Amino acid sequence: MAILVIAEHDNRTLKGATLNTLGAAALLGGEVHLLVAGRSCGAVAAQAAAIPGVSKVLLADAAVYEHQLAENLARLVAGFGKAYSHLLAPAGSAGKNLMPRVAALLDVAQLSDIVGVVSPNTFRRPIYAGNAIATVQSLDPVVVATVRASAFDPLPAEGGSAVVESLDATHDAGTSRFVGEELAKSDRPELGSARIVVSGGRGLGSGENFALLETLADKLGAAVGASRAAVDAGFVANDMQVGQTGKIVAPELYIAVGISGAIQHLAGMKDSTVIVAINKDPEAPIFQVADYGLVADLFEAVPELEKAL
Amino acid sequence: MKILVTVKRVIDYNVKVRVKPDQSDVDLANVKMAMNPFCEIAVEAAVRLKEAGIATEIVAVSVGPSACQEQIRTALALGADRGIQIDTAEPPESLVVAKLLAAVVAAEQPELVILGKQSIDADNNQTGQMLAALLDWPQATFASALALQEGRLEVTREIDGGLQTLSLALPAIVTTDLRLNEPRYASLPNIMKAKKKLLEVRTPAELGVALKAHTRLLKVEAPAERQGGIKVGSVSELVEKLKSEAKVI
Repeated sequence: MAILVIAEHDNRTLKGATLNTLGAAALLGGEVHLLVAGRSCGAVAAQAAAIPGVSKVLLADAAVYEHQLAENLARLVAGFGKAYSHLLAPAGSAGKNLMPRVAALLDVAQLSDIVGVVSPNTFRRPIYAGNAIATVQSLDPVVVATVRASAFDPLPAEGGSAVVESLDATHDAGTSRFVGEELAKSDRPELGSARIVVSGGRGLGSGENFALLETLADKLGAAVGASRAAVDAGFVANDMQVGQTGKIVAPELYIAVGISGAIQHLAGMKDSTVIVAINKDPEAPIFQVADYGLVADLFEAVPELEKAL
Repeated sequence: MKILVTVKRVIDYNVKVRVKPDQSDVDLANVKMAMNPFCEIAVEAAVRLKEAGIATEIVAVSVGPSACQEQIRTALALGADRGIQIDTAEPPESLVVAKLLAAVVAAEQPELVILGKQSIDADNNQTGQMLAALLDWPQATFASALALQEGRLEVTREIDGGLQTLSLALPAIVTTDLRLNEPRYASLPNIMKAKKKLLEVRTPAELGVALKAHTRLLKVEAPAERQGGIKVGSVSELVEKLKSEAKVI
């Protein structure tokens, strides 16, 4: 039986986390299909078809799927879900919203945020905010799971030529309606998939001071993140939060500026390849996980760093 | 409007968990337990709707052994009107919890069920969505704001990259995110009053739900410890290390 991956996209572009999820699917063995459900999302289907390792793209292009409403999408996926051995989606807000609903319709469990494949029915996943790793075996005929993108290598985006099959089934539960969306507009890479992340904490002192980090980030081509303390202090918006209750990131380089390193923050970034910490407190716990620690006043060190690059 | 709100007994969020030496699970013996923080937000949301004159009754439900009555009493002290404990040896997996809750919903007929988006022990983030599927109700997960408008529920959700607003027909399921509210503390008089509020105990058998296992926990390990590195003396040394040693810039 084949594996179905549900693509994350915005009707224009396929999100990078989909490639990591396909990377996890590739470890399971078997033919891989990719579902693109949305509205006027033919461009996404074309991108999906170019991924080597995808043998078929299922395209469900209809108004009812435009905003990824879980009520409608879950019916679509559950409708053919039993024909697959695995249903996988990236563990972003869309996948987390959708997949448990799909699983319940199929009367199977859902495994959240898998970070390792032990065998086709056994997976590793973090529990207690990453303070423990559970190995869990599925006893169900279909494995439904969300995949932590940062834990798997992505498949390449180019080089394949999958067939695109259009699905005509439209499911409209009629109980929920999209009203509006406020998306942060930024030319910087997305926090979840950026190669470099620069994050600020309470040490920044104000929202205005985040401009320092933005200048540094732009020089590095990095995304900007924040600790829960900086978010709670009202410096920046919640969608920048890195940590247990925010985004889990694992970039090649993570620069923590003015962040003390609370457990809840470490849970969100400790799998980064290289961690740099800049903090004036030499006792800050962040230094215990940092590869390179600099004890310095961030208001001097950050501009100096930016100039030195 | 009648609201059902769910509460889970979990390890206190300030306690550092330890894995048992035999790797069978985490060690919860003699560990401080508390109401799951996202459930506190759910209770607060329900209480505020009652204070605003929108909700008429709040029923707090928990699934687990009798110890979870403590968290139901906390919900009652915070403003819930009565409680239901669904008695199980251990808290079952999400799908079974959702089935148990669906049975309670069938009996209680609430117009709104508010749940925490996830519990801080299993970190599943599933029960609300599963309950919505079983009831065929609309769902708004990760709520950061909610308002009742002309018989529909308007919910702002925290999604990747920003906020999304949905309008749901009632009855509906809402799961709470951190920003929805700041939960209050229970006052001593309210804690005393809560002891007199009705708390019923139901069994899965009475609710007609089988405790089927869909997964098996094979092992629980501590995560790999990250080794700390070195301290650098200056920005120029840092840049040099990042370029020549780590090769990340």
